[in-house]
Amino acid sequence: MSEPTLSQRQRDDLRTVAAMIVPASDEYKVPGADDPAIQADMLATLGRDAALVRQALDHIARLASKPLADLASARRDEVAHEFRATGGGAAATLVRVVLQCYYRDDRVLRSLGLELRAPFPQGYVLEQGDWSLLDPVKARSRNLRRAQ
Amino acid sequence: MKHEPVDVLIIGAGASGAAVAWSLADTKMHILCLDQGGWMNPSEYPSTGRDWEAKFYGEWSTSPNIRARPEDYPINDDNSPIKVVNFNAVGGSTVMYTAHWPRLHPSDFKVRTLDGVADDWPIDYDALTPFFEENDRMMGVSGLSGDPRSPLTHPPMPPQPLGLSGPVIGKAMNKLGWHWWPSDTTVATMDYEGRARCINLGHCTPACAQGAKASTDITYWPHAIRAGVEVRTHCRVREILTNEDGMASGVVYYDKDGVEQFQPAEVVIIACNGVGTPRLLLNSKSARFPDGLANSSGLVGKNLMFHPYAQIYGFVKEPTDSNRAPPTCLWSKEFYDTDLSRGFVRGYGIQFGRGAGPVFEAVASEQKGILPWGADHHRVFRKLNGHRIGVSAICEDLPEEHNRVTLDPVLKDGHGIPAPKIDYTISENSRKMMEHGLARGREILEAAGATDICINNPIPWGGWHLLGTARMGTDPARSVVNEWGRSHDVKNLFIVDGSVFVTSGGVNPTSTIQAVALYIADQMKQRLANLFD
Repeated sequence: MSEPTLSQRQRDDLRTVAAMIVPASDEYKVPGADDPAIQADMLATLGRDAALVRQALDHIARLASKPLADLASARRDEVAHEFRATGGGAAATLVRVVLQCYYRDDRVLRSLGLELRAPFPQGYVLEQGDWSLLDPVKARSRNLRRAQ
Repeated sequence: MKHEPVDVLIIGAGASGAAVAWSLADTKMHILCLDQGGWMNPSEYPSTGRDWEAKFYGEWSTSPNIRARPEDYPINDDNSPIKVVNFNAVGGSTVMYTAHWPRLHPSDFKVRTLDGVADDWPIDYDALTPFFEENDRMMGVSGLSGDPRSPLTHPPMPPQPLGLSGPVIGKAMNKLGWHWWPSDTTVATMDYEGRARCINLGHCTPACAQGAKASTDITYWPHAIRAGVEVRTHCRVREILTNEDGMASGVVYYDKDGVEQFQPAEVVIIACNGVGTPRLLLNSKSARFPDGLANSSGLVGKNLMFHPYAQIYGFVKEPTDSNRAPPTCLWSKEFYDTDLSRGFVRGYGIQFGRGAGPVFEAVASEQKGILPWGADHHRVFRKLNGHRIGVSAICEDLPEEHNRVTLDPVLKDGHGIPAPKIDYTISENSRKMMEHGLARGREILEAAGATDICINNPIPWGGWHLLGTARMGTDPARSVVNEWGRSHDVKNLFIVDGSVFVTSGGVNPTSTIQAVALYIADQMKQRLANLFD
């Protein structure tokens, strides 16, 4: 049996920091990035990002000295700020993993008015747009630098 | 293991390898192409899945170092602000490109004569004209003929729709009185030669599941194979061998099972582009060629040109096309030609971006600090998402010998072949050009009413265009191949890819790379009786 990708402590911190990045919103009727389904998506699809995400979570653990959720709100914000400022590529990867799973969740896409499907095979319709805008450019004389 | 000799061996099945194979096929010679990659399966392309955007950061990254498929080789580009991007498969980097399709201008072939910098090409635009036209038909180009600031083209298909983003950009450019025009692209806007028309999957760059974007695996190769050309996939060439006469005798490669093979050939054609080609030549050292094959000039690997991209983007009130259209649709040549009052020589093209998908938008905007964490995230994201337009100045990079490809002393690919190392700096002239492009881009965005303006200067993973590292010329001391692509040193060795470029122009080069490849193939066909004289 393979080792779990993240330890329980790391999972807890990932959930906490994800909620700090994208909290739930009643106004927009969307879950936060700590939503169980979104968290499950992150864990299931970490793949090649796992090492950098672990590194990022280790960085958070060092900065927080205790589970992120146990910190007072102000201190948690300080840690988050420090994490993003000093976490380099690992922090960027963790944030990207959170956002790429959040912005493919059905509830989130629905809230944004986006369709719940892959682009292929249906594609999208693209309107022609106003081609008369090109008329002033067409009216100009040809101006191509000569080679000699 | 030794194979039966072939007449022509082409290394690389990408943009130029496919074109040259197709052109030479009518000679009825025995032509074999080796490629380190395989045939791609469009049903596995990113846009077929709900995780289409996430794949761009991993297995479908444009960077071979990030993507790290078995077909890729690592590139040490730590000492370069611009990272190399490419794709390794049948089709090469045409599988993974934006399909933006400008040509070099006639003036780009006479840079020394016109502006006193770099060198003139040994051929001119007129020599390539029939091959540009042939290539546009073969690749299937859409566009609008008559651009007053570009070479005259005759695209066989109508241009892409302007969509939502095009008019926003067009109005801004008209307000400024600056040139703009619908881009020629290799996106099929109607059913064409067995390709289905574009249905606006949006995610064009990492391969088109619809097959509307031209890549040579679906354009040139089916024709070349029907004409008798053999493609052998998952075969990575280690080196080119030479005989006692100093002629290329064939290549050593590793087959799909990793077994070393020798393939003899009468003619060897390299089509591995501006990093792969010098890597192969430098790896082909021998007692007779101690500095690498075809390198008596010492210029193999030198004069690497990338095209630094200065990108600026912002967000308008109107909805834009987001991910629901091909990413590029318009260009401008307003600042293409030299105007010394700008503080630099030569110039740049502009390509406009239609927008981005939600994941890309969230990730990029968070990194830029304009999309906050916390409660305000949702409001700001809704202001940004689906409202982006972008302006990229694609700056002409002049050749400098210190910008180069060498062999990394440590890094190797999966077969133990030394990997390429890039040493590259952006010149002062290019820096000034990029700053100029950003300033003009800001004017365009402001004219469009954009806010939250951000820049990428340069686009770090923007090393798409790999040019100049085996330059063409008439003087063997100052060039690697002659004016028809034959090595000065090895008379049955040809190079047909972007490495033969003398200068880079200020536009995407694939159209010109393929026109040059077709031109060289035509020259070879005209000289078959005395090809090695």
